Amino acid sequence: MTGSSASGRAGDKVFSGTAMGAGILILLVLFGVAAFLVVQAFPALVAKPADIQGGAGFWAYIAPIVIGTLIAAAIALVIATPVAIGVALFISHYAPRRLASGLGYVIDLLAAIPSVVYGAWGAAFLAPAIAPGYAWLAANLGWIPIFAGPASATGKAILTAAIVLAVMILPIITSLSREIFLQTPKLHEEAALALGATRWEMVRMAVLPFGRPGIISAVMLGLGRALGETMAVALVLSSGALTASLIQSGNQTIAAEIALNFPEASGVQVNTLIAAGLVLFVITLAVNMVARWIITKHKEFSGAN
Amino acid sequence: MSKRIDVKDLNVYYGNFLAVEGVNINIEAKSVTAFIGPSGCGKSTFLRTLNRMHEVIPGAYAKGEVLLDGADIYGAGVDPVTVRSNIGMVFQRPNPFPTMSIRDNVLAGVKLNNKRISKGEADALVEKSLQGANLWNEVKDRLDKPGSGLSGGQQQRLCIARAIAVEPAVLLMDEPCSALDPISTLAVEDLINELKDSYTVVIVTHNMQQAARVSDKTAFFNIAGTGKPGKLIEFAETSTIFNNPSQKATEDYVSGRFG
Amino acid sequence: MTATMTPTRRRSHLTKGQLPKYAPWAVLGVALVLGAALINLIGFNAFGWGIFTAVLFTVGLVAWSGAVEGARKAKDKLATCLVVGSFLIAVLPLVSVIWTALVNGIPGLLTPGFLGTSMNGVTGAADNRAVENGTKVLGGVYHALIGTVQITAVATIISVPVGLLTSVYLVEYGNDRPLAKAITFFVDVMTGIPSIVAGLFAAAFFFLVMGPGTKTGAVAAVALSVLMIPVVVRSSEEMLKIVPNELREAAYALGVRKWRTILKVVIPTAISGIASGVTLAIARVIGETAPILVTAGFATAINNNVFGGWMASLPTFIYTQILNPTSPSNPGPSDQRAWGAALVLIILVMLLNLIARLIASIFAPKKGR
Repeated sequence: MTGSSASGRAGDKVFSGTAMGAGILILLVLFGVAAFLVVQAFPALVAKPADIQGGAGFWAYIAPIVIGTLIAAAIALVIATPVAIGVALFISHYAPRRLASGLGYVIDLLAAIPSVVYGAWGAAFLAPAIAPGYAWLAANLGWIPIFAGPASATGKAILTAAIVLAVMILPIITSLSREIFLQTPKLHEEAALALGATRWEMVRMAVLPFGRPGIISAVMLGLGRALGETMAVALVLSSGALTASLIQSGNQTIAAEIALNFPEASGVQVNTLIAAGLVLFVITLAVNMVARWIITKHKEFSGAN
Repeated sequence: MSKRIDVKDLNVYYGNFLAVEGVNINIEAKSVTAFIGPSGCGKSTFLRTLNRMHEVIPGAYAKGEVLLDGADIYGAGVDPVTVRSNIGMVFQRPNPFPTMSIRDNVLAGVKLNNKRISKGEADALVEKSLQGANLWNEVKDRLDKPGSGLSGGQQQRLCIARAIAVEPAVLLMDEPCSALDPISTLAVEDLINELKDSYTVVIVTHNMQQAARVSDKTAFFNIAGTGKPGKLIEFAETSTIFNNPSQKATEDYVSGRFG
Repeated sequence: MTATMTPTRRRSHLTKGQLPKYAPWAVLGVALVLGAALINLIGFNAFGWGIFTAVLFTVGLVAWSGAVEGARKAKDKLATCLVVGSFLIAVLPLVSVIWTALVNGIPGLLTPGFLGTSMNGVTGAADNRAVENGTKVLGGVYHALIGTVQITAVATIISVPVGLLTSVYLVEYGNDRPLAKAITFFVDVMTGIPSIVAGLFAAAFFFLVMGPGTKTGAVAAVALSVLMIPVVVRSSEEMLKIVPNELREAAYALGVRKWRTILKVVIPTAISGIASGVTLAIARVIGETAPILVTAGFATAINNNVFGGWMASLPTFIYTQILNPTSPSNPGPSDQRAWGAALVLIILVMLLNLIARLIASIFAPKKGR
């Protein structure tokens, strides 16, 4: 019973070893991402302040664009979240059955369009179309700091970039929320309907409480995407110094700063930009970890299996 | 071809948990042996240790001896893959490979092991195996159609044909009829009766009538309670087990008092 | 209960206190007319008309429902209006993006030679002449198309074996071992890496290994692989998991080795799902701009060598043509080329999505008799 097995066993060993090797390679790559970024970023962190763009050192350089990144992502989230939840509810509980899967496909198409096309659309269509609105806001609501004039005449302000970001993360939040909504136990829904609840009351009593952790993690993943998105900002925003007004030109995000300057950068500026990338990596990593943590916590509570 | 199996002091563990304890049993060549007992008594687990299929489950292992015509399948240097090509298995639910035609399903054991086989030999093997599984007349005109297109009973007989195509000495069957309708069950039971002319057949069943119909000898397994290991209570001629068992538990079980 | 509707109509007690069936249409009609009137006060445009109509419709229907059916039904109507409204709002940008790309892209795409020529030798002077004399816009996307195809192909060649083998490890050999758990966790982390950081990683890696300023198609392909591998791992893992365990056991019981079982039974059973997942992963990275921008540089000429020299790609072509037009005084021709390229890119992505769907449905294991 030992015949013919030596070569066969070797095959098993080789194959399982290769598979494990591929997995380890992924770990090495991720470790490499972190390690190379740190190594290449280090010169910027120790460089003389005068050598860094702006002449005031790395942290003075990075702080405003970190804030700009957070502002753009936060606005995008505020716009996208309610719409995305509405769309997810529409597809899961409101649209006629036959339409629902087709509509889901349409939303997936939104996600498939390359980001550079969204950026181009934002620059060529949205910005000029929205500029009169900004002029109106500056004229009538200019006393609110975020709408302070003079409004950007081209519409290339951070609010426009944030709207484009919102359009881009909408399908992500939608498709994740939709999946959660579709998993709502039918029993809960029917129990609510049997008590004479209207459709909205059923959604509020059964669907939303069940889906809340899922929605939160979907929003966090959308946030991660909005923080790291480059093209929507690089093409749409006419960047500049940090300003409170959302409708003036100005502000900048990390990703766009890298994309705009890296191709022509040299010397310590390369290190500075890589350090900026490291900061972005850490921020998105934190956001994604929180999202994953919420998902796993939810899994323990949902009592699946 | 047919071989006998002798089991000596076999214990089966899942991790630290002792699932089956101290089994001694001698299974004759060219006979049908049935394992009966209540759910969770370890009869399926024990069946899987007879061709080392339990090793597929993480953490499962067996201690003791299982002799196939005198050779210990747990001996040093024995490859479980070799054991399994000598001792075939048929499962609870029919599981033909969905990507393969009926013909390829029958040849799966040969082809998946990359053995060279001429077309003529292959044709002969397909016909012989399907004849042996009483399926030839039903499928000979559509050998190139997917196996998953057959009815449940036909699929199960296809799986039996696939198992006997590798010409094993022993055929293990794990509740082969529990997913089938009565007519398909009858066809498979008829087939089991014919198979014992050339194979040693061991069948696990939860259906006592089936055990009484098809088997020569019957083994009754029982469990003292949850968390306790399963044990072989009684092993005898099928007529003895059902009409004149020596153990009280066996009598209670076959007369329908529990289980 | 008192009937609040016209008492002449007979109504069963079950339909009492409900809005008539025509109610939404009636409100919609009124909202359209009122909306048109309102928008004309501040200058007519279709977008504003739509917004006004939607708001008026919602307010009208909810108010009417509140008066006739009570607060609970009114709330339900309000929620329905908001949910449907949010869907319409979400569809607007999609329609607008597609429309903008079509209107701006078709002239570029239909220019003879657009797909067959590069930007080699196309200067600002040529663009100025095209605008001033109305002659043909020169230049095209051939070099970018070549670059995109090559970079994506190399990225796929790297990602698919690594991703597929990793998913095989996770599903078939992992068994909840610490290594498998670590891989699952870090693949999740990798999914969230911003694309520009992936680009920076590849750039930083090659700067260290090959010397500063190394920018080639291969560097870009490595960057795209970092983005693509986790997608391939996740989708293949899902597909391998849904292969029934019974098939593996059937193969083992026939005396087939584990690696042959995986190669000949498990993967073939899941192949349609894996292939469609890979296609979707390609569709995702083919439109990535930022990582290519920092790794492959720009090129205006055809470069067939992935391992040497700067390389263009469709997304970076679009980006540079919009941001730095060939002729700064006359950006028209550059815009035309950019949108033509955008249209080509959208068509590529849509085709890949379509192919993924077709693979999934056509090559799925057949069930019929």
